[in-house]
Amino acid sequence: MNRENSHKPEWSERIKEWARDFGVARSIILLFLVILLVAALIMGLPMSQLFSSILSRFGMNAILVLAMIPTIQSGTGPNFGLPLGIACGLVAAVLSIELDMRGFQALFFAVGLGALLGAVTGYLYGLLLNKVKGQEMTVGTYFGFSIVSLMCIFWFMAPFKSPEMIWPYGGSGLRVTIALQDRFDKVLNNFMEFEVFGASIPTGLLLFVAVFCLIVWIFMRSKTGVALSTVGANPRFAESCGLSVNKYRVIGSVFSQALAAVGIVIYAQTFGFIQLYMAPLYMAFFAVASVLIGGASLNRATVWHAIIGCFLFQSILVVSMPVANVLVEENLSEVARIIISNGIILYALTRREAGGDVR
Amino acid sequence: MVVARLEMRGISKEYFGNKVLKSVNLSVAPGEIHALVGENGAGKSTLMNILFGMPVIRNTGGFEGKVFIDGKAVDITSPEEAMAHGIGMVHQEFMLLPGFTVTENIKLNREITRPNFASRFFGEKLETLDFYRMREDAKKALRRMELDLDEMLPVAGLPVGFMQFVEIARELDKETLNLLILDEPTAVLTESEAETLLQVMKRLSSQGISILFITHRLNEVLQVADNITVLRDGEVVAELESRKATVDQLAELMVGRKIEVTSRSERHSTENVKPVLSIRDLHVDMPGESVHGVSLDVMKGEILGIGGLAGHGKIGIANGIMGLFPSRGSVYMDGKEVRLNSPISALNSGMAFVSEDRRGTGLLLEESIELNIAVQAMQSQDKFLKKIILLRIADMKAIREHAQKMIKELDIRCTGPDQLTRRLSGGNQQKVCIAKALTLEPSILFVSEPTRGIDVGAKKIVLDLLVRLNQELGVTIVMTSSELAELRSICDRIAIIYKGRLEGILPIDASDRDFGLLMAGELSYHRKEAS
Repeated sequence: MNRENSHKPEWSERIKEWARDFGVARSIILLFLVILLVAALIMGLPMSQLFSSILSRFGMNAILVLAMIPTIQSGTGPNFGLPLGIACGLVAAVLSIELDMRGFQALFFAVGLGALLGAVTGYLYGLLLNKVKGQEMTVGTYFGFSIVSLMCIFWFMAPFKSPEMIWPYGGSGLRVTIALQDRFDKVLNNFMEFEVFGASIPTGLLLFVAVFCLIVWIFMRSKTGVALSTVGANPRFAESCGLSVNKYRVIGSVFSQALAAVGIVIYAQTFGFIQLYMAPLYMAFFAVASVLIGGASLNRATVWHAIIGCFLFQSILVVSMPVANVLVEENLSEVARIIISNGIILYALTRREAGGDVR
Repeated sequence: MVVARLEMRGISKEYFGNKVLKSVNLSVAPGEIHALVGENGAGKSTLMNILFGMPVIRNTGGFEGKVFIDGKAVDITSPEEAMAHGIGMVHQEFMLLPGFTVTENIKLNREITRPNFASRFFGEKLETLDFYRMREDAKKALRRMELDLDEMLPVAGLPVGFMQFVEIARELDKETLNLLILDEPTAVLTESEAETLLQVMKRLSSQGISILFITHRLNEVLQVADNITVLRDGEVVAELESRKATVDQLAELMVGRKIEVTSRSERHSTENVKPVLSIRDLHVDMPGESVHGVSLDVMKGEILGIGGLAGHGKIGIANGIMGLFPSRGSVYMDGKEVRLNSPISALNSGMAFVSEDRRGTGLLLEESIELNIAVQAMQSQDKFLKKIILLRIADMKAIREHAQKMIKELDIRCTGPDQLTRRLSGGNQQKVCIAKALTLEPSILFVSEPTRGIDVGAKKIVLDLLVRLNQELGVTIVMTSSELAELRSICDRIAIIYKGRLEGILPIDASDRDFGLLMAGELSYHRKEAS
């Protein structure tokens, strides 16, 4: 242990270290993706279509994955309570239709109101998390499930009038799937869209995601963001710096749920439909899996982890579907999605290091 | 001559090149009570770990020397073997299951069982407990100590003293027991409980059981022990009969050592200087190091040492003032009262703290050196921030420049400011902690156990650094340390804490005897006797 640390590491050591940092999980996923891509090429699948599909699905999910960063950094682990923020975003989106808004107006109204509602509920959720320190992930998971069920009652009871949204044969309650065709379906995707080698690039969507990446990146470097990371890295250390651990955990939750609300609006925008009722049930898991594939751990995550992870995860889903269809004539994409996401979460949980607030 | 129950000959032990035991000899006769005294870090625990075959010894390269039990050379490689040789040990921390009854704890893992229907098929793990016989055994063990204790009570509600007796009863219940090791058995007991324990020890020794006991309380030693071995820096410095020993003599033997050459050119005189920090009736609720009403003045520009044995609360003082553990009382900085239980107001009043818990409280192990140095100042004093529109963003360039300056000035050995602190050696981690505190530009610096867990060479560097800070920057330093020699080498005055209270303040040239007496609480013991 007394070895001097002053010498520069050898190149071979550096490569080893780089390989170790890259991680087993990421390597396997990357290898899997490469195999799928090669298979797709051999089968002569339309690569340009696959590529634009990857870009579109990446943008669709990216903000939900970004929502993982504030909670992971503040020490409450990946935000398994994501359905709470998602519900807020859905309420805002549904309201934009009820108020008969269209196009960018509807989108920005939904994003703004969703973020506001997400922040308010995120504050309350943060208070809850402070009561269950050490088991945020388990509590968050079941909290998320409960919220989805609770919202089912809301969707059913809420006095919405818009004929686009209530059941066509009358009665009360919202439909399971609400089409956005005349509302804000793909307004971002189509904004400044262009084609390269037959692949369409959803410029507006990617720009929007880039802005949010930048917001998160800047936030994590602000005084508050650094404090938040300090609280997550070592609560005792944070206390000795005069920081209130509970306060910054709540801030992390607020920011995360607000991002989740924005994320689901963007998701619906690209998808073209608002999915209510049980649809958000497993969304947290896919987002958690994405950020973990990107190289984040349960207590450290960066914007890059979210971007890389989201891209890898969505790429596999996009490419595996047609490949599997050619090979086995069954739709295995959904199965692959569940296996990968749960497998990755399991892998991350087994590697959880003991620690946290040890007093 | 009777064959000694236990004889240890020429025991030496090294931890990573650091000699902690140097050719120690120890001999205990049957039925003898033998006391082992010495300061923290004198090697008592290591010696007992060797005797009890704790895995830590083997894992760190074993030891030299021989152990004889009843005249036969033995090679003890595990606690199970030690027990088979009739050695029982009662540890400082209780190892009891709170929800279980006294009987169940005494017979734990040695339960008496009867075969039943299920066990015929599935093996003896499923046999029924024979509670009647277990109770009888438990009663028998308790009776040997002449204690009146219901063996069916749950351990959870018992007074601490009785828990200790349950531990001893568990050892007594082992039929083969003939050597009992007690590691600071009275440390957690009240005076009357300790008294009972000492009587029990005498009773057991009259039944032929040898007892080897480790303690800091010198008057207890004289009260019950037949013979005393004094360890200091891993060496036996004296073996005496307790009849001929005195408390003063033991205190001097325990502490006395060559004082290392002082690295200070001049010392401050504390006369005619105003106190910069006044502590009045400070109570701190820090587990294992609680403070019960300390009043102390720290003079401007001095290095004040706080010493005392482990567990007596010296570490609690700085932690309490800095707001890391619940505390009450009052603290005045330059005459202005500092709010307690609030780290931020302690930091804002110009105090900084280098924690004894370097890896737990002192550092963000998974972060870079530069961030570790900057984060505290950024959060409490708004340093290293630049304003962009409405947000205050970390100024990475300023952080990098400051870290590079600190790395150069404190000679932190690293690959660069972006290296993770986890990868640094203990001494360099400590320098990062000091750099972190200096970044706050404090007028008072609290340093707790600055040399704990770092190697000898780095120790000197850290101590020299503290002296330099004091002389060149005029920082008042309050240093807490378990190592008296270390305190004496750099401090102006040394306050000794005993049982959470200030026992006395001594100049550094006071005699070993005086330090020893204060640390063992003999002064307050005698004061109480006199009153």
